[in-house]
Amino acid sequence: MKTLADLKKIREKAQADMKLRNSNVRVKVIVGMGTSGIAMGARDVMKTFLDEIAAKGLNDVLVTQTGEKGFSSMEPVVDVVEDGKKRVTYGNMNVEKAKKVVAEHLINGNPVAEYVIATEE
Amino acid sequence: MPTKRIDLLICCGSGCISAGSLKIKEKFIELLKENNISDEVNIIETGCMGPCDFGPVMMIYPEGIFYKKVTVEDVQEIVVEHFLKGRPVKRLMEQDKEVPVTVKDDIPFYQKQVKVALKNCGYLDPESLDEYIALGGYEALGNAMTNMTQEEVVNVIKKSGLRGRGGAGFPTGMKWDFVRKAEGSPKYIVCNADEGDPGAFMDRSLLEGDPHRVIEGMMLAACATGASKGFFYIRAEYPLAIKRIKKAIVDLKANALLGENIFGTDFCFDIEVRTGAGAFVCGEETALIASIEGKRGQPSPKPPYPANSGVWEKPTLVNNVETLANVPTIFQKGAEWFASMGTEKSKGTKVFALTGDIANTGLVEVPMGISLKELIFDVGGGIVGDHKFKAVQLGGPSGGCLTNDHLDVKIDYENLLEKGAMMGSGGVIVMNDTNCMVNIAKFFLDFSVDESCGKCAPCRIGLKQMYAILDKITKGEGKPGDIEELEVLGNSIKQLSLCGLGQTAPNPVLSTIRYFRHEYEAHINEKSCPTRVCLDLINFNIDKDKCIGCSLCARRCPTSCITGSREEKYTINQLECVKCGNCLDVCPVKAVSKEAGMHPDIIQHKEKLAREAEENEL
Repeated sequence: MKTLADLKKIREKAQADMKLRNSNVRVKVIVGMGTSGIAMGARDVMKTFLDEIAAKGLNDVLVTQTGEKGFSSMEPVVDVVEDGKKRVTYGNMNVEKAKKVVAEHLINGNPVAEYVIATEE
Repeated sequence: MPTKRIDLLICCGSGCISAGSLKIKEKFIELLKENNISDEVNIIETGCMGPCDFGPVMMIYPEGIFYKKVTVEDVQEIVVEHFLKGRPVKRLMEQDKEVPVTVKDDIPFYQKQVKVALKNCGYLDPESLDEYIALGGYEALGNAMTNMTQEEVVNVIKKSGLRGRGGAGFPTGMKWDFVRKAEGSPKYIVCNADEGDPGAFMDRSLLEGDPHRVIEGMMLAACATGASKGFFYIRAEYPLAIKRIKKAIVDLKANALLGENIFGTDFCFDIEVRTGAGAFVCGEETALIASIEGKRGQPSPKPPYPANSGVWEKPTLVNNVETLANVPTIFQKGAEWFASMGTEKSKGTKVFALTGDIANTGLVEVPMGISLKELIFDVGGGIVGDHKFKAVQLGGPSGGCLTNDHLDVKIDYENLLEKGAMMGSGGVIVMNDTNCMVNIAKFFLDFSVDESCGKCAPCRIGLKQMYAILDKITKGEGKPGDIEELEVLGNSIKQLSLCGLGQTAPNPVLSTIRYFRHEYEAHINEKSCPTRVCLDLINFNIDKDKCIGCSLCARRCPTSCITGSREEKYTINQLECVKCGNCLDVCPVKAVSKEAGMHPDIIQHKEKLAREAEENEL
């Protein structure tokens, strides 16, 4: 390390590694991980989100989980929550759909209408 | 590598480690593997999170959930319910009026706290340089080194109003300026981590929980004074602190943040760790310097002050751990920000170690100027059980005790000194109404007698005399005039001793006399210990009306001094009684009582012995 610029580089990289502890997140992806969700493959869906988000370098997106939401027939269910926008709930998710949500919703900001089962203020 | 989705921060401060946090960590590793989610969870060992009484504690991000008193058996539930299914385990959360508190900041313990020195403690991995840098670490140092003159750096600290956190409260900026202006080369910086008061663990927690912060503070001090070498003087009883500082030094060297031409400037700095053998007197700066030089740890007269003639007679800056830990944040957030907290003469925050009969024992940081009441009752959660608050000992064996009447005192250096206590390094020992103040004074004096280095007579001989008088008082052999004698001795020792140890050691005795004189008088005049602590001044009695003659007490008595029968009931032979209290514990009908005062039988016996001795002499 020779300069302040070098320090800044290390900081940016290290901050990305610590983002889980940072409350400054733009978007939260909440995967329903109740028993029925897990039975319907919620874990694979969640892993896909994690992998895709890492691959695309989306440092301001956080993946977390929640329990049963009551949409058992539409599991796996995933919520996308963004400050100042409606909460978007996707149903019947799978690995392919998850990839599409990352690309279109999380990166381009356009919810994938065909998978949406509910929106909420 | 897939992105981690959970940061599991396990408190690995010494308190939580002794409560079993390392075993819990092993169990997590095992169960995460079993459930095939090892690659989704980061396990991070952090420094002390503060609420040691709740240990082992942990924080789980991104939700920021706080779990307390976790056991190895709970790990399964956390992994399956929380990590796999996303349902946090409510029963392990802190309960506020039976509602689980999810977020750490909502816990009452944290609400009145303001963290400056402890900002990252319990939040980052203390062994990771990267994490410290991620939180803005070493930027202040880089800025100071590349863009500021020595004088400008000193002025920032002067303006902040920071004062030494080791106890005496000398203005840090002035000290830095003395060393900056001192002639001689090389110059040294010493971090005084010889924390030795009973009940104090602030410095240890800082070194264990955020070592880089202390190092950055030291390097900023070096930058301000032109020092080229630093010493960490840490006592050998703090192996984890030593390990983490050493690891931090190795990491810094690997990243060229320590060594030659740091940040491409002319600034060269090296750090060495020196371990102390645990002598209390080595916390005194001249004794500490002697110890670093490899000599016997004894103080020497000042002047010359270390700023002009310290380690190997070179200009030396000695700062306490917490003082240095405040420095990086002062540079990041500005001197004005720091000076906006606290009272007129005491700025910023202070770390305290809460111990004793208090609900939330642990490590806290509060703004200067907070009242004792807020510290003990709001942050500390008040007294445990049904007891009442009696006194608080501030500043350990060098400090004094304060009482109920002082609960509204605003904590700052001057206020505490005026009331007969002192800030000290920050140990706060809270006592309930079952504590005998004479006994407490004796306890602290015993410590000081033991730790006196023996170089000067007032401390070596005077403290021992004071202890002898106290010992007699607690044994019922006190006589009128003892209190006055203690006061004369105490005040002379304070004035005549060479170093801080002797100058402050009589404080616990003098302050307890000042506020609890009636307890001393009861011990001396009535031969009675009002709180029923001093064994020679209490007696056990069996109430014959209540006694059912079951003989349990007689069978449990280790000296067989209880005799009687079912018909006659039982009595205690007072002369043989060792006051172990077994009879009190085992009596099924509460017929045994523990009473203050020497038993008449013993008084008579003593008088008889005295008469016989007198006759023998004749």
